[in-house]
Amino acid sequence: MVIINENPLQVMIADAIKAFPDECCGFLFGKEDAAGNRIIESVLPVINSKEGDKRRRFYIAPKDYVKAELYAVEKGCLLLGVYHSHPDHPAIPSEHDRVAAQPFFSYVILSIVNQQYADIKSWQLNNDSQFEEEIIQLNKIEIWQP
Amino acid sequence: MATVIIPTPLRKFTNAQSTVQLKGETVAAVIKQLVTEFPDLKKHLLDEQEAIRSFVNVFLGEDDIRDLDNTATGVNEKSVISIIPAIAGGRM
Repeated sequence: MVIINENPLQVMIADAIKAFPDECCGFLFGKEDAAGNRIIESVLPVINSKEGDKRRRFYIAPKDYVKAELYAVEKGCLLLGVYHSHPDHPAIPSEHDRVAAQPFFSYVILSIVNQQYADIKSWQLNNDSQFEEEIIQLNKIEIWQP
Repeated sequence: MATVIIPTPLRKFTNAQSTVQLKGETVAAVIKQLVTEFPDLKKHLLDEQEAIRSFVNVFLGEDDIRDLDNTATGVNEKSVISIIPAIAGGRM
């Protein structure tokens, strides 16, 4: 299960709405409990460095990836995955998402429809390099909308 | 000899080690040594032609090896090689 605390959830939603109609992207940090549950305690939004159409693609520059690894070391937490948005599209990973995906990481996708938060799902590669949906729990009081 | 920094998503294939010391006089030799020592890493680093996968960046210090001599780039005992996943995707 992926448990997302309220603050990182709000940061991701705000990032996705601000980037709309482009895709946003960033990193997920937190910890794993003894049962294997992942608790997302913070996120680090980064620039979508994709050259060209950012409404359908995202790319994180190597320097931003290195920044994320250093952030995890400095904060004493785990780099648990990546989030990105699908503007006017479901929170379901595409073949582009799957081909580039890394093992171990949780891939959180936010669906933004008409510049409003619509859905959030999390996915992880299985041993056959196929995405499997992870159960998600949102520790939230109220979804913020501008 | 060089130090290789393993990114978080691949550490489950290196017994949770974040850095590994390996022998080799070029990046290619060090990577070959790495996948020999940790065979489960191979499919995540190399394609069917044994070349570095397109979604994997390899840096020597702060330089992308594509801007140097690629995998033929020479290394020494002070070299730090970073494996950096290319994080990308997007809707269809």
